[in-house]
Amino acid sequence: MLIALLTDIHGNREALSACLAHTRLIGVDRLIFLGDFVGYGADPAWVVDQVRGLVDKGAIALLGNHDAAIDGSDEDMNSVAREAIRWTRNQLGLEQRRFLADLPLIHEEGSVLYVHANGYAPRNWDYMSGPMEAIRHFSRVDAHITFCGHVHVPMLYHMSTTAKVGAFSPVGDNDIPLLPSRTWLAVIGAVGQPRDGVPAANYAVFDTARQTLRYLRVPYDNATAARKVREAGLPEKLALRLEEGR
Amino acid sequence: MRWRLSPGTEIDGFTLLEHLGTGGMAQLWAVTREGDPTPLVMKIPLLVDSDDPLPIVCFETEQMIMPRLSGVHVPRFVATGPLEPMPYIVMERIPGESLKKHLDAVPLPWPEVVTIGAKVAHALHDLHRQHVIHLDVKPSNVMIRETGEAVLIDYGFARHERLPDLLAEEFREPFGTTPYMAPEQVLQDRADPRSDLFALGVMLYFFVTGKRPFGNPRGGQIRSRLWRDPVPPRALAPDCPPWLQEVILRCLEVDPQDRYATAALLALDLENPAHVKLTERAARLERDGGVKTFRRWLKARKAQPLEAPNIAGQLSRAPIVLVAIDLSPGAEDLAEAQRLMIGRILSIEGEARIACVNVLKTSRIAVDILEDEEGRSLHVQRLVQLRHWGATLDIPSERISYSVLEAPDPAAALVDYARRNNVDHIVIGARASSALRRYLGSVSSQVVAEAPCSVTVVRTPRDRRMADISGEFA
Repeated sequence: MLIALLTDIHGNREALSACLAHTRLIGVDRLIFLGDFVGYGADPAWVVDQVRGLVDKGAIALLGNHDAAIDGSDEDMNSVAREAIRWTRNQLGLEQRRFLADLPLIHEEGSVLYVHANGYAPRNWDYMSGPMEAIRHFSRVDAHITFCGHVHVPMLYHMSTTAKVGAFSPVGDNDIPLLPSRTWLAVIGAVGQPRDGVPAANYAVFDTARQTLRYLRVPYDNATAARKVREAGLPEKLALRLEEGR
Repeated sequence: MRWRLSPGTEIDGFTLLEHLGTGGMAQLWAVTREGDPTPLVMKIPLLVDSDDPLPIVCFETEQMIMPRLSGVHVPRFVATGPLEPMPYIVMERIPGESLKKHLDAVPLPWPEVVTIGAKVAHALHDLHRQHVIHLDVKPSNVMIRETGEAVLIDYGFARHERLPDLLAEEFREPFGTTPYMAPEQVLQDRADPRSDLFALGVMLYFFVTGKRPFGNPRGGQIRSRLWRDPVPPRALAPDCPPWLQEVILRCLEVDPQDRYATAALLALDLENPAHVKLTERAARLERDGGVKTFRRWLKARKAQPLEAPNIAGQLSRAPIVLVAIDLSPGAEDLAEAQRLMIGRILSIEGEARIACVNVLKTSRIAVDILEDEEGRSLHVQRLVQLRHWGATLDIPSERISYSVLEAPDPAAALVDYARRNNVDHIVIGARASSALRRYLGSVSSQVVAEAPCSVTVVRTPRDRRMADISGEFA
C-alpha cells in the first residue's frame, strides 16, 4: 500500500492542490496529514474543508501547533506567526475551528508512528532539527519508523543496532529502503511553505509492502499563492518565503 | 538467534546445497529454490562477535544497494532476509572463479592484463552510471562471466549517491582493502568514483609486475601512498610497454584530478593503445626524488576529504563525444558545420573526449577495392582527412582520437562503436530531405533511432535555408 505523507500545508491552496493531484497521478492508496493545516497562507478555510472531506473518506489528519493555536494560546509564537494566526482565526467558521480542535496528536499503526513534531512529547512541539534532537527522540520512542513534519525541511535520521545516529538529506525521486534492522525518523518537508531554497512543495510516499520511502518535490503555482498572501494583508515575509522557498 | 547451517537446511524457501566458502565477514552457500532453475548463492553475514558492528553495517549496505543494481556487470539480486531471525542475501551465482585465481600466477603476460583491465573498467563505468562507487575493487571481488564480461561482487563497502552512507555515519575510520585503497579513501573520503580507478590501477600494476605498488601495509603505514609514489612498473617488468605504464601510473595518481576522469576513458585507452598520449609517466624508471616526495608529504598533511559524492556530476563532466564525419566530396560544408558544433560543445564541457569516426562503407558481397588507382590505402587517406578535420579544434591531443571503421552498414557500425566505447553523445551530420534519401534511408535517422545515447543532428546553413523554402525535412 502507498501512503502519502503530507504536512505543514499552512493554508496554501495551490500547493495542496498540486500535491493531491500528484498523489492521484501516482496512485496513492491513503493520505496521512501530519498537521499544520493553517497559519501563514491565505486559504486556511479552503484547506480545512478539503482535509475534512478527505478525512470523511478515510484519510488521517493530526494536530499541528498552528492548528492548536487557533483555539489556544499563540504566546509561544514569533510575531509573524502570531499575526498570521490572528488573521486566520477570523477566516475560519465554527465547524472548521472544531475540526482543528478535535484533531488527534498522534496516530500509530503497528510499529509506525505518525506525529506532527516529535514522538516523545508531541504537545511540547520540540523540533527535530538535527542529530542531537533525533537522538533524544530515538532514546524515548520505541516505534520502528516515525514520520513527522514541523521542521519544513526534509531529512531522514536513522539509528543503528549499536545506537549510532546518522542524518541523510534526501534527494528526490528515489526509493530509500527503511531497513528493518534500524530505527527511522523521517522528517517530511512542508507542502505549503518549503524552507530549503527550493520553492516546490514537499511530500513523501511510504510503500508499506516494500518498506521504502520516497521524498517528492511538486512544483506548484507559488506566484499565485504569494500574491494572495499579499492581497490578504499578511506579512510580506510570508509571501517572499513562498517565492524563494526559504 | 544462531542457526546450525548444513546442506538441506531450508531458509525462507531456499534450500542450502553446498558450503562454498567463508570470507572475512560472511559465508557463502549454493542454494536452490523450487521452480527456479538458475544457480543461486546465499550470502550469510557472520554476526558471531556481536561487539563488532562492521559486519552488520556492511550487510545493511549491501541490502540497500544490491536490489537497485542491474545489468550484466553485477550479480542479479534475488531476495534478502532481515537481521532477525536470519540475515541473508540471495543472488545469482556467477559460474567460475574470481580474478583471485591469478594471484599465484603473477606476473601475467601484459596483453592479458590489458584485456582484464578493460573488462573491469567497463564494469566500473556501468556501476558508476548507476550512482554507485564500489570502494573495494580487488581481484577477489571481480568475476568473469562465461560470456566474457566482468562482474563486480561484494557491495559491503560501497556507496550509493542517493542513499544514506551507513558506514561513514557509523564509523570514523577508513574502509577498504589496504593494498588497493585510494589515497582519498585513506582520508575517509567515500565520495569519488575515481577511487575505483586507483584500485583498478593497483590491480593492473600487481598483475603486470607481480608486486603490489604499496605493499601490504598496516595501521598508519597506509597513509604513505599520499606522498610516496610506486616503483614504475617497467623497472620491475621491462616488457611492460611504455603506454601501459602510462595508463597504470595515471590510475595511481595521488590526486583524483590527475587520474582518468571516468572508467570509460580508461577503457578507451586500454582498448586503443595507439591513442594513449605518452607523458613523462611512460618513461619513468625510478621513483620520484626527495624534494617532490617531500612536497607531496606537506600537501598530504593538509588534505581534507570531500563531503558529498557527486558521481553523476563527475561522469557528466568528462563525456565521450563521438563525431561521425562524412568525408565524401561535397560534404565539406557539413563537416565544417559539425566542427563548429564540436567547438561549442568543447567550450561548455571542458573535459570532453572527442572520438572522430568515419565509416568506410564496404560491400556486403563483392570483394572491395580498398586502394585507389595509385595504390594508396583508402583507410589511410581517410585517417589523414579526419586528422585534418580535427587539427583546428582547440583540444589537447590526448583528448581527441581518430578512427576509420570499415563496415557495410555505416549506421550500425556507428551505433556499435558508441555502445562498445560508452559514448555519451553522438554528433552526426544530415542532409535535407530528398526523394533519393527517403528511398535509401538516411544514416543519421537510423543512428538517432538506435543509438544508446543522446544524438545531435547537424545541418548546414544552406540546407536549413532550403528546408525553409521547401518546407520539408527528413
